[in-house]
Amino acid sequence: MSVLIYVESNGSEIKKSSLDAVSYGAEVAAKTSGSATAVAIGNISPDQLSLLGKYGATNVLHVQGEAFNQNSPLVFAAAVIEAAKKTGAKVLVLPKSTLVDSFVAKVASQLQAGIVTNVTELPDLSNGFTVKRSIFTGKAFAHVSVSSDIKVITLAKNAFQGKETGGSTSVEALTVQLSDADLKVKTTNVEKTSGELLLTEADIVVSGGRGMKGPENWGILLDLAKALGAATGCSKPVSDMDWRPHHEHVGQTGVKVAPNLYIAIGISGAIQHLAGVNSSKCIVVINKDPEAPFFKAADYGIVGDLFEVVPKLTEAAKLLK
Amino acid sequence: MKILVCITHVPDTTSKISFTDNNTVFNSSGVQYIIGPYDEYALSRAIELKEQAGGTVTVLNVGEADTEPTIRKALAIGADDAIRVNATPKDAGFVAAQIAAIGKEEKYDLILMGRESIDYNGGIVHGLVADALGMPSITPVMKLDIENGLAKMTREIEGGKESVECALPFVAGCQEPIAEWKIPNMRGIMSARTKPLKVVEPVAVSDHVVYGSFQLPPAKGACKMIDPANPAELFTLLRNEAKVL
Repeated sequence: MSVLIYVESNGSEIKKSSLDAVSYGAEVAAKTSGSATAVAIGNISPDQLSLLGKYGATNVLHVQGEAFNQNSPLVFAAAVIEAAKKTGAKVLVLPKSTLVDSFVAKVASQLQAGIVTNVTELPDLSNGFTVKRSIFTGKAFAHVSVSSDIKVITLAKNAFQGKETGGSTSVEALTVQLSDADLKVKTTNVEKTSGELLLTEADIVVSGGRGMKGPENWGILLDLAKALGAATGCSKPVSDMDWRPHHEHVGQTGVKVAPNLYIAIGISGAIQHLAGVNSSKCIVVINKDPEAPFFKAADYGIVGDLFEVVPKLTEAAKLLK
Repeated sequence: MKILVCITHVPDTTSKISFTDNNTVFNSSGVQYIIGPYDEYALSRAIELKEQAGGTVTVLNVGEADTEPTIRKALAIGADDAIRVNATPKDAGFVAAQIAAIGKEEKYDLILMGRESIDYNGGIVHGLVADALGMPSITPVMKLDIENGLAKMTREIEGGKESVECALPFVAGCQEPIAEWKIPNMRGIMSARTKPLKVVEPVAVSDHVVYGSFQLPPAKGACKMIDPANPAELFTLLRNEAKVL
């Protein structure tokens, strides 16, 4: 089956979640004797485009133009639909991102494709096309079969690890004609905290809760995060009290993360917070209360005063490598 | 302004998740059902917009008769009337087709819902509805104001937020902090009992996606405790045992 993978960059590099998606798409293509084509939209350097070959893409369609420099859902949908039509793709694979969330349904609708989001494993092709997806915010999984001619799937974060296989790819420009209807949604301003690791892309996340006692104490947490190369998150009360910005709120109604390592500092572990982190590979909890419910969901725990433990951890982290 | 708010009827966020019938049916015994939290944010904002500019707020749910208490709660919060599509919401495509069928008839200026349901977490119904109605869809919207038919919104993006503009009509998937949840007052609860709740039968939809079986994640092993006097031990274990560093 011909497979099309949508990839996106963080401004300078292709995101890890996109590379994972390329590997996923390449494996589906290999299993079904098809080809894996990637579609990249916007300003992405030739080096980065050729990197996609190492992860299994054999062709890259690159869409450029002024309209593609803003994250407009309609414009991105139009580009992916055009790429799907051009390649005759039967399976579309997309990574999880807020941009994908905003346009993927339109792509599926226009292609009359069945769509499954939050997919966690390669499809089972032994009897049709069945994928496993995460439901109930990571508290369960469902096996879903897709019977439409074209299938659209988005991957859950960090569920499938991409790997370099050392291939190479051709890169081809793709021209996409936009209609007036594609330009109905206008982006007027973008506010991004620059120089920060993206919470959803990070391998390690360090989060703080009410146990931190106030925004003025965040320095020790930020130091630990810096020493580990980690992104920072927080619990809902912390963002509700404006100790930290809303986009750092990890939990059921905030950002869901799935890093290799999640370190929770002074977070008791309400079920709504756990829902946002339960896909993490390894969870460390630091809390002075040995009865904190978070310890039940943790792999490693330290019962102690975070204001003593965290600076010691930072010193130890600096000695790593 | 004529606003439609689509709500899900979902297990409370603290529910224990389990399945019956050989892992093919969600076990609803002992489960409390609520309006989807994201949907409730959408509903609250819709009611605020109506209070500012006039108009009507209709709530829509695709579900069997047992969802009516959830719909009545939405009416108590302040929606004017409700529609229930009498069917099990078996997947996003099915639900979206039902909403779109009603949207085509009723010509809403604005269709709001949560950015995703908290049970199946699909996050695609708003986009599917929008495309079926030839409208744009914007998600996840954390701020929404409307002036002279033009909506100004803030949507969350990775590591920040962006401002977007779009003319009505459109569909939006909402999340906090678009509005504060509203606690229904006694007058709201009393009047909800008599507000119109229309039940309609579903339209036929071809099944692209079929749910088979469910499974729970593997049980977590015991938490290994580390001496707070020697926290550096943690990194040794993370590197050599958990292999995540």
